[in-house]
Amino acid sequence: MTIDDTTPKMRWWDRLAHPGQFMIWTAYLIWPLVILTGLLMVLGLYYAFFNSPADYQMGDTVRIMYVHVPTAWLSQFVYGAMAVSALGTLVWRHPMADVSMKAAAPLGAAFTAMALFTGSMWGRPTWGTFWEWDGRMTSTLILLFIYLGIVALWRAFDDQLRAARVIAIFTLVGAVNVPIIKFSVDWWSTLHQPASVFRPDGPTMPGSLLTPLFLMFFAFTFLFVTLQLVAMRTEVRRRRIATLERKAAQGASA
Amino acid sequence: MIELGQHATFIAAAYIGVFAGIAGLILWTLFQSRRAVARLDELGDKRR
Repeated sequence: MTIDDTTPKMRWWDRLAHPGQFMIWTAYLIWPLVILTGLLMVLGLYYAFFNSPADYQMGDTVRIMYVHVPTAWLSQFVYGAMAVSALGTLVWRHPMADVSMKAAAPLGAAFTAMALFTGSMWGRPTWGTFWEWDGRMTSTLILLFIYLGIVALWRAFDDQLRAARVIAIFTLVGAVNVPIIKFSVDWWSTLHQPASVFRPDGPTMPGSLLTPLFLMFFAFTFLFVTLQLVAMRTEVRRRRIATLERKAAQGASA
Repeated sequence: MIELGQHATFIAAAYIGVFAGIAGLILWTLFQSRRAVARLDELGDKRR
C-alpha cells in the first residue's frame, strides 16, 4: 500500500476551493475557451452583417441588437455571478468566492458601459433620442454606478479578506437592482421595448434574426468566462505576491 | 460590405465602441496577468 492509496481523494468542491488546484485545472481551459470565443465571434459577425435581413420596421439598425443584447445580458449576468460569489464568501467562506467577486466587478462595469453606449446608438435613430430617463435606462445606469462603487471599494482596503466581507454585503444589497432592470419594462411605461427573446410564449423574432443574436450571445458569454478565469488567476497570483512580500519584509526586520 | 442604409454611422459607432471596449478589456486583463507573473518571477516563486 502506498501513501497515495491512503490519502483521501479531493472532492470537486475542494478542488474548486483550493487556489493551487484552481490554477492547475484552469490552465487547461484558457486556450480552448479563447478558440471557442473567437470562432463564435467570427461566425456571429458574419451572420450579423452578411446573413441576416434588415428589420421591416427598424431597417438595418436592428444589427445593433447583436452587440446590444449580449452586453446588456452580461451586465446583469455578471452581477448575478458576483451575488452568488458574495453568498459563497459570507455563507460558505469559500476561498475562491471573493477572488471571483473581485475579478468580475471591472468586467461587469465594462459590459454595462457597452450596453448603455450601444443602447444609446440604437435609441437615436429609432426613438429620436440618445437618452431618456426611463426605468430600464436609469436602472442600468445605477447598475454601472454600483459596479464602479464596488471596484473603488476593493481598492480602498489593504486587507483583501476584510474587504471581501464588506463588499459581499454591499453586493447583495445592490442585487435588488437586477430584478428592477429586468422587470422595469413591465412595471413602468418606458421607451424601451418589452422582452422579445426570453418570454414564456417563446421569442417574437424570426429565426433569421435569432441565429446571429444567439451566436453573439454565446460569443460574449464565453468571452466573459475566459476573461473572468484569467482575471481570477491573476488575483490568486497577486495574493501569493502579497504573502511572499510580507514574508520577505518579516525576514528583513528579524 | 453590405449597405447599412441611412443610419450606418450609428451602426458603425456601436460596433466600433464595443470592439474597442473588448480590445481594451483583453489588453488590460493580459497586462495585469503579465505583471503579476513578472513580480512572482522577481520574488523567486516557481509555481507562478
